[in-house]
Amino acid sequence: MPALDLARWQFAVTTVYHFLFVPLTIGLAFLVAGMQTAWVRTGAARWLRLTRFYGKLFLINIAMGVVTGIVQEFQFGMNWSAYSRFVGDVFGAPLAIEALLAFFLESTFIGLWIFGWDRLPRRVHLATIWLVAIGTALSTYVILAANSWMQHPVGYRYNPARGRAELTDFWAVLTNKVTLVAFPHTLAGCFLTAGALVLAVALWHLLRRPGPALPAAGGGLPAVADDRLAYRAAARLGAWTTVLSGVALAVTGDLSGKVMTEVQPMKMAAAEALYHTAQPASFSVFTIGSLDGSRELYALTVPRLLSFLGTGDLGGRVQGIDDLQAQYAATYGPGSYTPAIPVTYWSFRLMITLGILAGLIALWALWGLRGGRTPSSRWLLRTALVLPVLPLAGNGVGWVFTEMGRQPWLVFGQLRTAAGVSPGVSAASVLTSFVVFTLLYGALAVVEARLLLRSARAGLPDESTPDDPAADEPAAAFAY
Amino acid sequence: MITTWFVLIAGLWTGYFILEGFDFGVGVLLPVLGRDERERQVLLTTIGPVWDGNEVWVITAAGATFAAFPDWYAGLFSAFYLPLLAILVALILRGLALEYRGKRPDPPWRRRWDRAIVAGSLVPALGWGLVFADLAHGLPLSTGHEYRAGPLGLLTLAGILGGLALLGLCATHGALFLALKTTGAPRVRAAALAARVGWPTTGLTVALLVALVDARSGRAAVATVVLAVLVVVVALALTGALLANRAGREGWAFAGTALGIAATVATVFAALYPEVLPATNLPVGLTVSGAAASPYALKIMSWAAALFAPLVLLYQGWTYWVFRRRIGVSGARLAERPSGTPGAAGTLGGSAQLAELRELRLHLRELAA
Repeated sequence: MPALDLARWQFAVTTVYHFLFVPLTIGLAFLVAGMQTAWVRTGAARWLRLTRFYGKLFLINIAMGVVTGIVQEFQFGMNWSAYSRFVGDVFGAPLAIEALLAFFLESTFIGLWIFGWDRLPRRVHLATIWLVAIGTALSTYVILAANSWMQHPVGYRYNPARGRAELTDFWAVLTNKVTLVAFPHTLAGCFLTAGALVLAVALWHLLRRPGPALPAAGGGLPAVADDRLAYRAAARLGAWTTVLSGVALAVTGDLSGKVMTEVQPMKMAAAEALYHTAQPASFSVFTIGSLDGSRELYALTVPRLLSFLGTGDLGGRVQGIDDLQAQYAATYGPGSYTPAIPVTYWSFRLMITLGILAGLIALWALWGLRGGRTPSSRWLLRTALVLPVLPLAGNGVGWVFTEMGRQPWLVFGQLRTAAGVSPGVSAASVLTSFVVFTLLYGALAVVEARLLLRSARAGLPDESTPDDPAADEPAAAFAY
Repeated sequence: MITTWFVLIAGLWTGYFILEGFDFGVGVLLPVLGRDERERQVLLTTIGPVWDGNEVWVITAAGATFAAFPDWYAGLFSAFYLPLLAILVALILRGLALEYRGKRPDPPWRRRWDRAIVAGSLVPALGWGLVFADLAHGLPLSTGHEYRAGPLGLLTLAGILGGLALLGLCATHGALFLALKTTGAPRVRAAALAARVGWPTTGLTVALLVALVDARSGRAAVATVVLAVLVVVVALALTGALLANRAGREGWAFAGTALGIAATVATVFAALYPEVLPATNLPVGLTVSGAAASPYALKIMSWAAALFAPLVLLYQGWTYWVFRRRIGVSGARLAERPSGTPGAAGTLGGSAQLAELRELRLHLRELAA
């Protein structure tokens, strides 16, 4: 395999892997901050216990996000040096600002949060987790601005003498219309992921021992009852978060579709495998047959839906792949401008399906939790176990769609992927790093998942443990 | 503007090596200075709240290089492909080790992560030393400033000595940090170890810097003077640090290695200037102006730096203030508890005075011992 393909595979594997941890981190940062706020405001011990419990899951997860994130930044220079030279003037600034503005904030205040429980006044300590959460959101915005520039370059001009794109309007880069829709969409995906995890873990604890607490016998009862109250509160928080972010995903996804149709019509056509321009255009829920457009054995279609998704008008015109290919060939010269259609077609559908499923399960859980009830369905328990995986996979395929739909461009209309790879790095070197990262990431996924499950299963920390009089560093117990 | 950004990037690397330098040192020395589980917890707790923030300095340095000198970033990172791969793998393992080791109480789990901490600190110190020594020495470059001579071409004598020098600097710096931040046996051992590692490191670092500076001819007289002054500062700062350590002045000793590291990084960058990728096979390699971003991009970056960098320095400094206290073996004992059952934080509000009392008692106990 040539260095180009290996570098692409490596980028795909390391990025999708990195993005398993990122959304959970971002969403959980806000939810844990919310739980801690509830404790500070109400003084209810169960919110503190929930903060500690989900805080631990958050920390296990953020560690993976942090360490796999460095790879992302180095990889541009290591594997894509030609790309880096071409875009650095535009793309570098958001990256540097992300580090300066967001990463310092996150990393410094996460340290203060972990170790500061007994060192900082209660409200100052609460502020640290909020600053972490704000840092993650800032980071999301800036990095999406960088990515959106690759989808829809704005605020730059091409400098032929240097053979590169140069920044002319940073504000335009920050307010790129793709960024403006991608940011809320991605953030909603983060909340969906975190909400689903919070809900699933709480449901598991609630349903594993169904029925009301045992009749009063010994001192165990109040603790058990309080545990159930806490898990109920977490389940409701998680379910509402999941449902609301599901709705937000649908709305922002719809907005994204319209922007995409406008600035990257080929991506929209590839999402539907729409070969011939259609007015109105229907949306196929799924297709059995070949995707090259020649044979279609069976397709379940919703008339006019694609027109609506793409243009906001039930009778809108959506351009087809063949027409766009001809247009691009005329503009950019001969060559293929069509992405890998099976990948874009199915990843688009899978993304939507997984999001909808997560939202429906959360609705089911909310129904079970209504009016002080505790659900007891074994089916809900079984479903809860797969629930956290759905948004994780949904985020991944969503990015696969976004990036594969951009191909063959690295920067749309400006730089092809094939032209971005490092010319001086041999295929053997890239193969080495690809194998190393894949094996390492695989092993670490097992370690992380086991630790996460172990910590989730352990349940709420015991709040009745008296403070050890010999203790100088109670915080160390939480962290190290 | 271009020169300012060159200096700023040198400053970011300086900050990185001063801050993460002692993290690496603590990591490398973990099995040497931490004889049992409690002592190792003490050592790790000294860097626990700050290592992540320290590591962001390298992310910012790389990001700033990407933005301000795209050609430098592209050439440098693709040239040192395999050393950077090793550094990345090491940083991944180290970061996870620091965060995961305490999440389970069983000894095998902790032992495995301890090994990851040692390797994960050793490899980046060696790797970055190799990268910067090779960089200062120069590489064979194509006319497009791409390095094409393969990974083995990076294993030069300068690179290997550079790796060892940086490892020694980190170990000394880390040991002095531990002498400053701990109490009891680890503190004594750390100070003794700093003396043992410090002297050979000082000799190696100074000799290597002289050789690297001397290897390239055709510098202006002013540049030669500046470089000579910088190398003298390195020698004086490191010597002063070790003398202060001998006198039991831990704060001054740590400041001395910090200054020594800063002057070392400054020497390497000053030796490069006005090039950023010197070539061994071309009259001129990649220069600052040849690598620089457009004036507008640099202006945006300057605004961002002027607005946010002081803020970062302020809150990172505050973190060190919050965690300024020394850590002793009895202090880390609570970590023996299964994690997830922290002390009742509800009672923590009024515990500040209590903590002071404990600190005092701890000191008394130490004096008695």
